[in-house]
Amino acid sequence: MSDEIYQETLLKLAKEAPGHGRLEPNAASVRLDNPLCGDRVRIDLRVRGGRIAEVAHEVRGCLLCQAAAGVIGRHAVGLDRAGVAELSGQVEKTLAGEIPAIEDLAAFRPVSGHRSRFDCVRLPFQALKEAAEIL
Amino acid sequence: MRLKDQFPLLAGDPGLHYLDSGASSQVPGAVLDAVSRFETTQRANVHRGVHRLAEAATAAYEGARDDIARFLSAAREEIVFTSGTTAAINLVAHSFGDGLAAGDAIVISGLEHHSNIVPWQMLRDRRGLVLEALPVTEEGRIDLSQLDRVVTKRTRLIALAHCSNVTGAVVDLGRVVASAKAVGAAVLVDGAQRMPHGPLDVPGLGVDFYAFSGHKMYAPHGIGVLWGRRERLEAMPPFLGGGDMIRRVTLEKTEYAPPPVRFEAGTPNVSGAIGLGAACRWMGGLDWTEIVQEELRLTGCLLDGLARVPGVRVLGPLGLQQRLGVVSFALAGAHPHDVSQILDRHGVACRGGHHCAQPLMDRFDLAGTTRATIAPYNEDADIDALLVGLDEARRLLA
Repeated sequence: MSDEIYQETLLKLAKEAPGHGRLEPNAASVRLDNPLCGDRVRIDLRVRGGRIAEVAHEVRGCLLCQAAAGVIGRHAVGLDRAGVAELSGQVEKTLAGEIPAIEDLAAFRPVSGHRSRFDCVRLPFQALKEAAEIL
Repeated sequence: MRLKDQFPLLAGDPGLHYLDSGASSQVPGAVLDAVSRFETTQRANVHRGVHRLAEAATAAYEGARDDIARFLSAAREEIVFTSGTTAAINLVAHSFGDGLAAGDAIVISGLEHHSNIVPWQMLRDRRGLVLEALPVTEEGRIDLSQLDRVVTKRTRLIALAHCSNVTGAVVDLGRVVASAKAVGAAVLVDGAQRMPHGPLDVPGLGVDFYAFSGHKMYAPHGIGVLWGRRERLEAMPPFLGGGDMIRRVTLEKTEYAPPPVRFEAGTPNVSGAIGLGAACRWMGGLDWTEIVQEELRLTGCLLDGLARVPGVRVLGPLGLQQRLGVVSFALAGAHPHDVSQILDRHGVACRGGHHCAQPLMDRFDLAGTTRATIAPYNEDADIDALLVGLDEARRLLA
């Protein structure tokens, strides 16, 4: 199973890391650490009309964490709080082995067999969820 | 028979290269048999009943204490069963810590496991103490040249790891004890990473407390030991209250039992203790001079191999002096979780992360490392598999 995790799509997502960087000033900025491995994620948001207008992320973490942040960079703009919750729900479905509605998340399906790596994927989405409380 | 063949899990999984013994070792058949024998023929509570099984269980439990005492060249009254190193250190932090006053100081180091940091921070906050840390050298050792500066007349306890769970560096306890004695301080040693490498004359170290876990030394999870010098334990109040640790209880007050039972409130982990006793007996039958020599030979092979991998930085001593087979490294551009995952596809079990030593990671400006630990059952093939896997990880990740 291990070798399936590092597929081309996931590696590309992590490498390109769309949305990488900081937003200064921002409406919300949340930094979360994974206490088990020390990974660290920061999500910055700018908002307009109750929706995410711009998003940026900084990740000190593994490829899964970087790729997950990349999904946020691609898909978070335009979401309201319900949309952010729906995105997180899609992540959980993917980790449960289901086929996600968002194509980019399919890169994480092989992670479903590696419970110890779930939090690597979840960390950026958890940070996004907390940042989106401003919406 | 290869030592590896004495471990049913390893014998049954020839493709596995287990290099994560620093987290939890594997368990030999002799220990599994002892635990199984207790659970199937002697299981009962200890120190309570007078029936045949209760007598057998008590004899087995106390017999395990004797086995461990022999392994440590210590008196049986100085062996306190705990759930592990963490519980042992917390016991001292509470019971010994009760005798400390505001302004007293405790000295730790920058390479400690969180279990030898957090209990002291909590004690500091409860009692208004000062917590000082010895710095760490570039080589990943505790900088003992700073002892004279950090240890002062206010110091009441120095608490250090015998062997770093990240760098493998072994501390010169003689210097630490001399420094502590000069100011009348006690010394606690976290021996979790040292004890898997053979018997030890613990009283001869000159320290006051020595804590270790069974699960890193071929015994079950959930059992460990606090060795405490008799006069220290006798002077300490209990940590937890409950059954077994009493001499007499009235509704007004309680008279406590003497050590070690004073510190063993409630029904203990009987089968775990029996397993740890069996592990000590098993270890006692091996030639540890030869085994440690072989472990260090493998450690040298690993260090040499890592030196040939572009982008690898070893966190710890590059030589074999005053170190054990705990080898941590960072691969430039690759996260230790990803490296460990790639190694797993080669059957190599390593640990990736901060190893519960975040201050040490901060010291070296790293989020984490990949760690391989060498145990008696490891062989050249394990090192070779790691290096092959690492080559793939480098090509894929770095």
